[in-house]
Amino acid sequence: MLYFCNVQTKPIITVKDLHKHYGDFHAVQGISFEVYNGEIFGLLGPNGAGKTTTLEIIETLREKSSGEVMVDGLNIDSKANDIKQIIGVQLQAAGYYPNLSLTELLELFAGLYNMPIDSLEMLSRVGLVDKAKAKFKELSGGQKQRFSIATTLINKPKIIFLDEPTTGLDPQARRNLWDLIREVKAMGTTVVITTHYMDEAEQLCNRVAVMEGGKVIALDTPDALIDKLVASGFERKKEVKKANLEDVFLSLTGQEWRDE
Amino acid sequence: MKYSQFKAMMAIAKASFRSITRSPSAVVFTLVFPLIFITVFGFLKGGNVSLNVALAAHSDQQNSVYMGLISNPAFSVHHDMDSVEQHSLLLKGKLDAIIDIQKVQLDSLSTYDINLYTTMASAEKGIIVRSMLEHLIDKSNLLAAKIISPMATLKQQELKGRTYSTIDFILPGQLGFSLLSTGVFGTAFVFFNLRQTLVIKRFFATPIRKPFIVMGEALARMVFALLGAAFLITLGHYAFGFTLINGLSTFAEMLFLSAMGLVVFMGFGFVVSGIAKSESTIPPLANIITLPQFLLSGTFFGVENFPTWLQPICKMLPLTYLNDAMRKVAFEGASLLDLGPQLAVIALWGVIIYAIAVKVFRWE
Repeated sequence: MLYFCNVQTKPIITVKDLHKHYGDFHAVQGISFEVYNGEIFGLLGPNGAGKTTTLEIIETLREKSSGEVMVDGLNIDSKANDIKQIIGVQLQAAGYYPNLSLTELLELFAGLYNMPIDSLEMLSRVGLVDKAKAKFKELSGGQKQRFSIATTLINKPKIIFLDEPTTGLDPQARRNLWDLIREVKAMGTTVVITTHYMDEAEQLCNRVAVMEGGKVIALDTPDALIDKLVASGFERKKEVKKANLEDVFLSLTGQEWRDE
Repeated sequence: MKYSQFKAMMAIAKASFRSITRSPSAVVFTLVFPLIFITVFGFLKGGNVSLNVALAAHSDQQNSVYMGLISNPAFSVHHDMDSVEQHSLLLKGKLDAIIDIQKVQLDSLSTYDINLYTTMASAEKGIIVRSMLEHLIDKSNLLAAKIISPMATLKQQELKGRTYSTIDFILPGQLGFSLLSTGVFGTAFVFFNLRQTLVIKRFFATPIRKPFIVMGEALARMVFALLGAAFLITLGHYAFGFTLINGLSTFAEMLFLSAMGLVVFMGFGFVVSGIAKSESTIPPLANIITLPQFLLSGTFFGVENFPTWLQPICKMLPLTYLNDAMRKVAFEGASLLDLGPQLAVIALWGVIIYAIAVKVFRWE
């Protein structure tokens, strides 16, 4: 695939035997994986599989129960604040400060990261220049997610974390977001993303880890995982057509950026 | 470049300040409500006694007592009522007294019977009418007896004091209450909402440390409340003659007291945001804190007007001491050093409430 060319196999995130307990509930049960520098890494799995918990532990937002996590050579136990300076975090369903325009919100985050910012340039990167004076709550679902991603880019992070960024978006908005994520990756930023959509993971991710019940049950490139399944004798029940209904929908309604 | 927590804190303070100034409820609580009360009470006229008396029908009007009565500006003497109307108004307290002066002719000597009717409906003014009337009668009697050098004369010297007008009482009370509502409601809602909408969690993903988030928020609220206080004091001073006894230094001392009060009141807000289970439980909780102080802390009337059994409660509330300190500073020219007891009680409240806040405050 196109995106493999600039991926190095040098790990930027290393997770070793990570556990998380919430009282009696063993949410993350000893998982280990590496995220390579410059790749788009997908964490897949059903709700409650432990994706968000794992992500938030790496983001230093949540205490782990045991295990070791290194981010760009920094240990999350001792260097949490240094890690925060080199990562960008997009939370599932995060809100933003009320009554402020997008420009003012970006200025706020610029201050929080101690980074100078050209708000309009940043908004143009995510296609929201004409919304500069709008409030966050006035944006559509796709615009909100694009803005969230803009706030993760302010500190020119080495890694950004996106937690279900496309959930609830319509097909156009989803494709727009994929383009944006690919652009971020093309700048050399590592992307860690969780999603429920397998087509999204297949399109976007260099490698994926599949989680279930707090464990990583598979980890490889989407291609390799598919090949493995096919090699095991799996066959689709129905011959796949050259296009699917989503392709029909997109060709009918257009795929250009628009105000959803 | 080293990361500066201060810069990050100032970014939050700036954002929060912008947000507050655009939030209708903050502006209404901090400025509009106090402004309405100050305006209403600022226009209330206080001061001189006015006595409404009626002269009974067929009263003699050619005597020195009557002349004294009508020449005294404290009396408004009504002649234009019949006796039925006079009595009915007297019983309602709309008239303070009815005076009936009847001339009695004894040979060549004229004497006067003067009857005074007063009412329980206006007891205090009745007493004033009586003593003023007695004074007029005494003067006439002395004159009739041709006593030129009376045995004793009273010489009163009035020292010119400062006039304590309604605004001098009302403005500090309104200012105190404005700080209380801004501190409690504003802080409680902001931290609750920032927590609910994951705004704070998003802040945690940046390098700013928790105490700086709180300080940034507090700083914004402080600046907003002090600007509001400065505005109310200035308006009160120039528009309604609010007394700033030592001018600018009194103004500065009032702002210092405002800041101190606000810090304590924000502590209540932190506690409310921590114990509130949902957004709809914030107003009742906040009202439990603010309403009793609104009524019992001398915002509208002095604490000494409350029944004795309520006084101990009044004397426990922090706003009581803030109001008291503000009035002492503004009107009596007390310096902050003279306010040791008041400041000590406010500070004690601060220690107690922040000890609780640290226990109950929640980040997520």
